[in-house]
Amino acid sequence: MATAKLKGINKFIYDFKRYLPLLQNLVGRDFKVKYRRSFLGVAWSVLNPLFTMLVLTSVFKVLLKLQIENFATFYIIGSTLWNFFAESTSGSMSSVVSAAPLIKKVYIPKYMFPLEKCLFSLVNFLFSMIAAVAVMLIQGVYPTWTMLLFPLPVIYVFIFSCGLSLVLSALTVYFRDVVHLYGVLLTLWTYLTPILYDDKFLTGHKLIETVVHLNPMYYYVTYFRNVMMYNTLPTLNDNLICLCIALGTLIIGALVFNKAQKKFILHI
Amino acid sequence: MNKENAVELRNVEMHFNMNKERLDSLKEYFLKFMHRQLMFEDFVALDNITFDIKKGDVFGIVGLNGCGKSTTLKIISGILDPTKGTVETDGVIAPLIELGAGFDMDLTARENIYLNGSVLGFSKKFIDEKFDEIVDFSEMREFLDVPMKNYSSGMIARIAFAIATVTTPDILIVDEILAVGDFLFQQKCEQRINAMMEGNTTVIIVSHSIDQIERLCKHCMWLEKGKIKMIGETAEVCNAYKNSAQ
Repeated sequence: MATAKLKGINKFIYDFKRYLPLLQNLVGRDFKVKYRRSFLGVAWSVLNPLFTMLVLTSVFKVLLKLQIENFATFYIIGSTLWNFFAESTSGSMSSVVSAAPLIKKVYIPKYMFPLEKCLFSLVNFLFSMIAAVAVMLIQGVYPTWTMLLFPLPVIYVFIFSCGLSLVLSALTVYFRDVVHLYGVLLTLWTYLTPILYDDKFLTGHKLIETVVHLNPMYYYVTYFRNVMMYNTLPTLNDNLICLCIALGTLIIGALVFNKAQKKFILHI
Repeated sequence: MNKENAVELRNVEMHFNMNKERLDSLKEYFLKFMHRQLMFEDFVALDNITFDIKKGDVFGIVGLNGCGKSTTLKIISGILDPTKGTVETDGVIAPLIELGAGFDMDLTARENIYLNGSVLGFSKKFIDEKFDEIVDFSEMREFLDVPMKNYSSGMIARIAFAIATVTTPDILIVDEILAVGDFLFQQKCEQRINAMMEGNTTVIIVSHSIDQIERLCKHCMWLEKGKIKMIGETAEVCNAYKNSAQ
């Protein structure tokens, strides 16, 4: 097989297939390393969101007296999806830099590294969903038919995260500050995403409402809650907004990454 | 590309920006930029390199430290993109540039064989089939389930070499790796490389051991400060290279 003779999209497909097992192995490695020597192992992926939910719901219920029905469910569904996004993007950021020993020695398509972190977060997210479903059942939010649409918002967020991760990981190669900068940005972003509050809470705060509505994660979290707990079928419009943001980000990410990757090796 | 050639380089140039200091932070970059102090010193690692390697050839590259040998190998194997010029290769390349790229020291040898295999682009099925062969060649069966961080460097090199050479690639790139392991294992490695050469594999070797180059190679290239000083039959090039040192 003449690998180097393939150009453009054909080479991309050939390379992707060839390195697919690598993707699997890297995700597997991350899992093993993450839970090595922990007694409960992968159960932490379920327990962690559960405990965080308990802490936050008790704090916010008591202190702020929020008027949201089934707050525990409301919170855990929103936050699990948000954590999926936050974990994939912040995990991806240093992925290229920390793969330096590999990149310097063998040829590997470099987008594999951010992609791997997103996949790893996706697997983690699926485990966390066990906790979310448990909370739902305990609170008496029973499954509905709209829940079958569950994969759609997850795919949207996955594509969106991949796009952003490509940009972030490429930027980090050139400027390591991006890691710190994004950490701060992510905190701000958390509060601009309706995880602890809902739309009603924002009425009257025109400016904040506008900003929140410019936030892509707002649409994903709302979509996810609609199908998971409100038995609401998203409109075609909702789907279009979500899909366009995701694909747009992925295209920008791919272009930036592709342009930047040729010089990675000189900077890592 | 000529059908008889395994590797073709045309007017390849490789430049590096040698920043006086590495600017890794945005603030530094911004300050320097504002003061117009972004100093890049252009370093030409390879200058107008053109050569072919025929299929089935055993090709040696000699030269002093820093003359561009490893850069050439990295360009051929696709790790580096040349600044100018084109590189064409025909066939699957196995780069033995540094052994054990992608080993995770926290994982066991068994897990690492699969990980490293996939780094080299092998499928899981392929590694399943060849697993025993890899383990037998490395002679590390009793330590298979020990985390690699407890291995000695020689033991790591054994595993790495065994994985990397389990296929018969079209182009094998060897960079100073035969200096690992005890002498028995070194012999075993050289035998394996010899066996590949007898097949149809094109081999590219970089070594500081002139003896090794003379023993193994058919053709040879001598690089000096990023330029081709001489290229041709091994005996001629090696003699000239040795004479220049005196």
